[in-house]
Amino acid sequence: MRRWLGIGVWVLTAGAVLALYALAPHLVSDFHSRDLAQAGVFFIAIVGLNILTGYTGQISLGHGALMAVGGYTAAALAVHEHWRDVWTIPLAGIAAGVVGFLIGLPALRLSGIYLALATFAFAVAMPSLLKKFSGLTGGGQGLRLLEQAPLQVTGLSGTVTIFGHTTTQNHFLYYLTWGIGLIAFVIAWLIVRGRLGRTFRAVRDSEVAAASVGIDLARTKTLAFAISGVYAGVAGALLAIQAEIVNPLSFTFLLSILLLVGAVVGGLGSLPGMVVGAFFVQYVPELSTRISSKPGVPDFLYGAAIILVMILLPTGAGGLLRRVARPLTTRLYLRP
Amino acid sequence: MLLAFDWTQLAQQIVIGLSSGGVWATLAVALVLIYRSTGVVNFAQGEMAMFSTFIAWSLVHHGLSYWGAFFLTVALSFLGGVAVERVVIKPVERAPVLTVVIVTLGLFFLVSGAARWIWSPEVRSLPNAFSTRPIEIAGVAFSIQDLGTIAVSLGAVGLLWLFFRFTKLGLASRAAAVNPEATRLVGVRVSWMLALGWGLAAAMGAVSGMLTAPALASFDQNLMQPVLLYAFAGAVLGGLGSPLGAVVGSLLLGVLINLIGTYVDWVGTDLRLPVALAVILGVLLVKPTGLFGRAEVTRV
Repeated sequence: MRRWLGIGVWVLTAGAVLALYALAPHLVSDFHSRDLAQAGVFFIAIVGLNILTGYTGQISLGHGALMAVGGYTAAALAVHEHWRDVWTIPLAGIAAGVVGFLIGLPALRLSGIYLALATFAFAVAMPSLLKKFSGLTGGGQGLRLLEQAPLQVTGLSGTVTIFGHTTTQNHFLYYLTWGIGLIAFVIAWLIVRGRLGRTFRAVRDSEVAAASVGIDLARTKTLAFAISGVYAGVAGALLAIQAEIVNPLSFTFLLSILLLVGAVVGGLGSLPGMVVGAFFVQYVPELSTRISSKPGVPDFLYGAAIILVMILLPTGAGGLLRRVARPLTTRLYLRP
Repeated sequence: MLLAFDWTQLAQQIVIGLSSGGVWATLAVALVLIYRSTGVVNFAQGEMAMFSTFIAWSLVHHGLSYWGAFFLTVALSFLGGVAVERVVIKPVERAPVLTVVIVTLGLFFLVSGAARWIWSPEVRSLPNAFSTRPIEIAGVAFSIQDLGTIAVSLGAVGLLWLFFRFTKLGLASRAAAVNPEATRLVGVRVSWMLALGWGLAAAMGAVSGMLTAPALASFDQNLMQPVLLYAFAGAVLGGLGSPLGAVVGSLLLGVLINLIGTYVDWVGTDLRLPVALAVILGVLLVKPTGLFGRAEVTRV
């Protein structure tokens, strides 16, 4: 009986999420569904960062740079190789995954704040490197998909026809981003609840203990970096497709910082919390600008909001969710 | 090419490097002070220093001399640092480390926004702290400003060392950093020791900001962001747990960056920071806890 109740709750939750996914852009204006799409980009990147930082305990201040790898892969394939923009997404993910694996290598020697510096170095170096190799990346100008590869941009005419339905470009971007976001979420959920997730958590909680039960630390850490890199790469590609331009300024160090803020506000070690984190990063700066646009005031309010959330919810939104859901879930899982 | 090697230029470049490294060292020591007691890198340290510098600018603007404003600002910054710890950091004292890190990031936005709000975002300048004429030592012309900057920053670090080494309060705060529980048992208010650390860090930051600003023709609210990056890198190079390491690391970094920028054409000004970070990364891979850091022993 309880088992069926548990399954029922799952089906209902999944149904509600899918319904929300389908309806959300129709509840807001066409213009605002583009903002939603951008929140989806943050969502994907933050879920990836959470696998690395929240579940494996490796701090990364370089995820903005991994997004740059994905974004530039997508843009370069569209501009130089004339790929259609949406088909570049898988390759962008793979490219950033490989780079993620490579920046994970220092993690075999470094931990905590020293690892943070290593990833930070990567983030700081990225804009200069992008300018240096201007043949591929377009230098400081960046790559403009709309001017340099107009035929590759999906939905340029304002509408997109997909599976026989016609939608506006903004709606298409929303469905594309959050569709990938939902898949990414389910994959992340499967990863963290399975054997690999337990391995990750063991490494996070104690490296010595993990090693002594036979976990290969090197393999686990670099794998976490690679998986996290794939997420960042996909997010970067989607960002490039949405903005129709990539340049060194799209992927500054600030982006890496905002992703970390999103992950902690959402609650490290909680996947549903990442939705809150993504919306926080996307909408709170905008809200503060709406309150007052005097110089400095939006930043001031944004900072105050971050501090306030952290003081009220030290474990992020995920911690709150867990506390609220615990009475419900424990009752469901307890055998009578 | 080797014959024409200019030793004068080398000496000058080293002094310039030491001068910027000294400024970074004061901020790096501020970072280490907070890192040692709480295990957190204070991302807002640079912005707090920038805020202090703007206070100094206001004081100078109201007719104080540079050095009058300097000491008054250091005192005010100390109080400000203590206040920030009490209001913002104390509530998250028991929270996970990353939560506290994010609070300092929030503080970064808050302080930077406040500075733009109070002082409109336009460029301004501080008078020179030292004479701008050069001085000749052993036939090589050095700028008095560079030498003075080195002296003041090392002096500030030295004073801090005297405080921690020879006063009872300094001893108590060192104890609080090493073993909070035991220190609490012998009657030290550990929580207030953290506030003291924040105050001292803010004061050191103020010194670093007020040394950075006059050397520039003009400055705005972005004054300390690059300085924070260099100070962070210098502190990590030396080992974040060690104040001496932070000073040596920053000075080394200052000289290294200046020499790379001068002698390696390919690097130029754009790639100086990335190259310096790559060098530090190389050092860390050989010695993962920095030059002066000790590996921590943890109970499993």
